[in-house]
Amino acid sequence: MRLRKSPLYGKSEYLWYITPGLIVMVLVFVYSIIRVIQLSFIRVAKTVTEVDTFVGLTNYKLLFSEQPFIDALKHNVTMLLIVPPILVLLSIIISAILYDEIKGWKIYRSLVFLPYVLAIPVVGVVFTYIFMKYGILNTILTSINLDFLALDWLGNPKIALYSIMIVIIWKELGFGVILFLARLSSIDIEIFEAARIDGAGWWKLLRYITIPQLRGIIEFYVVIEAITMLSWVFNYVFVMTAWGGPGTSTYILEFYIWLNAFRYNRMGYATASAVILLVVTSALIFLWLRLRKRMDYEYV
Amino acid sequence: MYKKKGITYIIDKIRNLLGRGLKHFILIMICISILFPIYFMVITAFKTHDHYLNKIWSPAWPPVFSGFTKAFKGQFITWITNSIIITSGSVLLATFLASLLAFALAKLPFKGKEGLLGSIVSLMVVPPAVIIIPIFVLWSKIGLVNNRFGAIIVYTGMILPFSVYLLTNFFKTVPDEIIESAVIDGCTTFQIFRIIVLRLSIPALFTNVIVNTIWVWNELFIAMILLQSNKLKTLMVGLAVFKTHYNVNIPVIMAGLLISILPMVVLYLSGQNVLIKGLITGYKKG
Repeated sequence: MRLRKSPLYGKSEYLWYITPGLIVMVLVFVYSIIRVIQLSFIRVAKTVTEVDTFVGLTNYKLLFSEQPFIDALKHNVTMLLIVPPILVLLSIIISAILYDEIKGWKIYRSLVFLPYVLAIPVVGVVFTYIFMKYGILNTILTSINLDFLALDWLGNPKIALYSIMIVIIWKELGFGVILFLARLSSIDIEIFEAARIDGAGWWKLLRYITIPQLRGIIEFYVVIEAITMLSWVFNYVFVMTAWGGPGTSTYILEFYIWLNAFRYNRMGYATASAVILLVVTSALIFLWLRLRKRMDYEYV
Repeated sequence: MYKKKGITYIIDKIRNLLGRGLKHFILIMICISILFPIYFMVITAFKTHDHYLNKIWSPAWPPVFSGFTKAFKGQFITWITNSIIITSGSVLLATFLASLLAFALAKLPFKGKEGLLGSIVSLMVVPPAVIIIPIFVLWSKIGLVNNRFGAIIVYTGMILPFSVYLLTNFFKTVPDEIIESAVIDGCTTFQIFRIIVLRLSIPALFTNVIVNTIWVWNELFIAMILLQSNKLKTLMVGLAVFKTHYNVNIPVIMAGLLISILPMVVLYLSGQNVLIKGLITGYKKG
């Protein structure tokens, strides 16, 4: 029915429009995904005389007996459990305040979004010098008599990962604020007015109107940030630490994949962990789509 | 009666004032934490190394430019040139391919459209670490490693899903009536695409270009794997090396970083409103 309604009904040239773009995407995504799965079941030939051999799940079994891989996985999960909730909390507070359009809110908004356009390598290098043992942060902390807080932020294996999380939050916060603010500005203002007339204070508005209204976008943001924590943190770790150090305290999956594929030439480990990464991200997306479907039924 | 009203009025007023004060306080604290690293980078870039060591947190006056001249003595210009070529190549190619695709998805009738759009959108979340190994293996076989074109293709692929999504959402808002009357006037499909849909979607195209430019310009992981030779390094890869190279002279590093973010900050400040609006329409249905 809808097809018939289209003013361009009967034109069959759509293939000309979709093919060029699809070719690029098929090459970059479809081919790569199939090939990486295939490679993960293979022992790649290391010399000319050898041939690739099918080894089944061996690569995966070996992978789970590797301590660095387990460490990397743990670190990604730690980030996933800590960073998104903090981001959501801060974004809700900031966007709710900005929504009140207090004086200068546009300037605040521009500033909050600014880190989002800065490159992670740049941000990472700057923070490396801020976090240095004798860097600016510790100098300031010492000068206001907070010596006990003057830690070796990136050099201490127990806190290096958390220091990186601080930088990630610094960088990612703006995106959440903008998303939530956009959603808020599309809510019917009368809902707020009505509640205010009924005597609801700022916190009550936040608790009973703002947050429920933001539910869908909060879920979206959490999923996006969860995926980011699993598969887009390489840049931070690579720039801010010496190869996932100290020790393996800041190893993460992407770093483990890169190291094994491009430094140690252990393709089996690299491709198997890449497949695991892909499966976990896809699972998250799938979960989110299911959640959304259920929500649609609830609201429609 | 009158008195009581007066008191509640004053209490309300005070509460209001306190509330507003608290809000400003929270925002100011957040903005200080956001600006602090930027402040540190800017003041350090205009210092000598000695000044950095002695007075780490106050700006140097008069500002010193030796950091910048030293930064430019390296391969900075080469890196910037490479970044410009790679970024503009992939962003233009992707925007072109995406607008063709989005036009078909938004306005041309064919079966399986929704499914196709859904699959394309889901590609947005595929991690670069997953695709880079097969791409690298294939690219080394056909000579596309250490080749600008090879990198441009990968970047184009990486930014296509978002571009298609954003542009499709926007193209859908072009009214069918305009297209209908154009069909009656005898326009070909391509003319409709070029003259009507593209012209009406300039803000969306602009947003798409800005978002993707920022993404590609700032990308490190793919660039450092596909473009390893010194002549082809992009700015981000260069900066990662730069740090170890000038480790003893922090103002030089900060000057380099400052130069490298300048184009994106200018782009952001000039296109801020369009960018934010575009991002919102892009994600609204997400």
